[in-house]
Amino acid sequence: MNQEKPDTNNIFVIKKDSLAGLFENITKAGYEMIGPKLKDGTICLDKITSLDDLPVGITDNQEPAQYRTKQSKSDTSLFSYVVGPHSPKRYVFPPRHQLWQINRVNGDQQIIAQPLPKTKLAFIGIRPCDLAALKITDRVFKGGKYTDAHYTEGRANNFILAVNCVKPGGTCFCTSVGTGPKAKGDFDLCLTEVYSEAEHFFILETGTKLGSKMISGVTTKPASKAKLKQADKLLKAAEKNMGRQLETDNLQQLIYDGANRVNWEEVGLKCLSCTNCTMVCPTCFCTSLEDTTDLRGTTAVRTRVWDSCFNEDYSYMHGGNVRSSSRARYRHWISHKLAGWVDQFGTLGCVGCGRCITWCPVGIDITEEVVSLKKRIATKKAEATAKER
Amino acid sequence: MENVISPTKQSEPHSEMTPRLHTVQSLTHETRDTFTIELTPTDGGKPNRFAPGQFNMLYAFGVGEVPISISGDPDKPDRLIHTIREVGTVTKALAHLRVGSTIGVRGPYGTPWPIDKAKGNDLVIIAGGIGLAPLRPVLYSILSDRRKYGQVVLLYGTRSPSELLFRKELQKWRARFDLEVKITVDRAVDPWQGNVGVVTTLIPRVSFDPDQTTAMLCGPEVMMRFSIMELRKSGIPEENLFVSMERNMKCGCGLCGHCQCGPLFVCQDGPVFPYPQVKKLMNIREM
Amino acid sequence: MKDLGPYIKEHKFLQGMSNDHFDLLLGCASNVKFEAGEYICREGQEADKFYFVRHGRMAIELNLISQGAVTIQTIDPGEVLGWSWLFPPYVWHFDVRATELTRAIAMDAVCLRNKCEEDHNLGYEMMKRFAHVMTKRLAATRFQLLDVYGKRN
Repeated sequence: MNQEKPDTNNIFVIKKDSLAGLFENITKAGYEMIGPKLKDGTICLDKITSLDDLPVGITDNQEPAQYRTKQSKSDTSLFSYVVGPHSPKRYVFPPRHQLWQINRVNGDQQIIAQPLPKTKLAFIGIRPCDLAALKITDRVFKGGKYTDAHYTEGRANNFILAVNCVKPGGTCFCTSVGTGPKAKGDFDLCLTEVYSEAEHFFILETGTKLGSKMISGVTTKPASKAKLKQADKLLKAAEKNMGRQLETDNLQQLIYDGANRVNWEEVGLKCLSCTNCTMVCPTCFCTSLEDTTDLRGTTAVRTRVWDSCFNEDYSYMHGGNVRSSSRARYRHWISHKLAGWVDQFGTLGCVGCGRCITWCPVGIDITEEVVSLKKRIATKKAEATAKER
Repeated sequence: MENVISPTKQSEPHSEMTPRLHTVQSLTHETRDTFTIELTPTDGGKPNRFAPGQFNMLYAFGVGEVPISISGDPDKPDRLIHTIREVGTVTKALAHLRVGSTIGVRGPYGTPWPIDKAKGNDLVIIAGGIGLAPLRPVLYSILSDRRKYGQVVLLYGTRSPSELLFRKELQKWRARFDLEVKITVDRAVDPWQGNVGVVTTLIPRVSFDPDQTTAMLCGPEVMMRFSIMELRKSGIPEENLFVSMERNMKCGCGLCGHCQCGPLFVCQDGPVFPYPQVKKLMNIREM
Repeated sequence: MKDLGPYIKEHKFLQGMSNDHFDLLLGCASNVKFEAGEYICREGQEADKFYFVRHGRMAIELNLISQGAVTIQTIDPGEVLGWSWLFPPYVWHFDVRATELTRAIAMDAVCLRNKCEEDHNLGYEMMKRFAHVMTKRLAATRFQLLDVYGKRN
């Protein structure tokens, strides 16, 4: 999918009911659909089989350390919420993944590698920030000297039906990092939902030949200028309605300057090192390895599990942890996201989805931390100049 | 069972994370808590070739994996040699291996020492403790091509005389006229007749042409920092200093995130770094 | 005694001293030799000398009774042994043993102390040099205390 050039000239209008046909085509093509679903009061990404599984008329309210969904009976919109705690990451890069097992057989040892994933996954309703995140994890797992075979194989079999964001959430800041609210490619199909009491339709954009093939037989109409304008207006407004803003000017330098120069005590005292931010982050890719054996000691299994740089033993080296304090771990995390990542992968490690802000139990806000860091550095500089005089 | 990587059949593991099984051919105790193992692949092939400074991930059945640098001679490719210190659960399990035991090996990974770049220069090799192990392949390579280098000095510091690695080889090296070996220990009792004091004290005692010298350092970070201060006093340019860094590693190949030190993946960008690349990072707390 | 001049002048510790000061030092200097195993000084003895090592090696030891003598540091050619002579009560704090045949220039402490009192410029030069050695030894000792090669539990 990613290799094909986007075929962006095909823009249609599709009605809600016709989406059912699209879903049928996707299923018929052998894909398992993963889409937004309301579970435990939260928009999760889960297996879906039909349009009915989508969270109809649900809106969400997101603020630092706060997440609430609301159901409106009169609202029949499909995508009036933003991202929940899940991102596609958990399907292309599962939280627990068995790598191989080793057996002792008659004194010999044999390694049985885990087969590569065969399931074709179709991601439904994926937002532009998460598309950007997939592009980033692609670089991490596919773009370097060593690649992750399981991730690569899984990604090769994805179909993506994206949804542009017309109602940004309270912790969103994709505009600041240039990833949204409108998807810029990297999808097979992309929807923009236009919903009001008067009318309800979707602008449907095809990004690949596979996307075009998937809408064959589905009732669509060419998009009129007026309808396109309506959608554009909503997306333009969305750009201005971001709940947060990240100051990205000179950001990398700022972070590197701050690493040793200023005090990270304040955020270190707040941070619980709970790892939530890294678990919900769509680009965090750290893993650890677990080894287990059966009781007879003849079979051992190696499992890769998500890890977090906020875990105490993450940086363990014979006898001690390199980053034993929360302040050092927070500094490491934010420095990686906003500075180190640029050196490593040529992109920020942050896509502006706001999940780390929403799901932080004490509401630490990455955008505010950047502002605070800027202030602390400025104060230090001012003090240094004052001393010189 | 298409995914079985049989010890008898040679088959490429399809994932970077799958080890190649090796048989322990010998296990020699170097000191109270260090030992050297020699391995050959169970598939009958040769061990993967390596460059001095690189490391492998060694897997002990059911216990886990550890990154261990290769301590053997790169020109003797029939056996893979590792020198290991018992410090954690995996290294303890490895210490209990016997001849004929099987372990998993992934690698080699990481950047090598700049052996070619150092040609024509004087060489100062500074090792602390187990840090001599990743530098031994450097000595093998240099001694096999001795004429390409100027003065070669090995400065080796360790805790006590009983914790000296590779004693027999050290003896041989000391006897050579084309290699200056200075050893010091942090503390000693009789009958030790050698130097006592930290490894940095050896630096002013050896002569080299600072403008034409390459220094390679491996040992605890604090030892490398102190040694670099001393080397800088003698006038070696920063860009001629190379250090081998250590961090927690799970994958060894840049995918797990653990070994990051600032923007660097120690496993992939290192473990051997030109000093200017890590200079600032080495001085930041909890990096 | 004349032949000691060149040895003193080329000793690392005294690099950059003026000729006048060299002459003053020379007046307190004597040539000494220690056989392997010979003790140069003992803990508690009067520190009436210090040494510029020319050849061989000296080991600074501390007797721990139960573990015998522990070598804390060794002194090689080009280095200096002893600063106890600088401060009252002028007593050696450690045992020092030659681990091999060792040649050195011994400096008469009383002689030099008097000269330093008379000529503070000489005193300052000596102090500067000894202070440098002491800070280096202190740094090395702190580093040694870290026991960096040891197992951390």
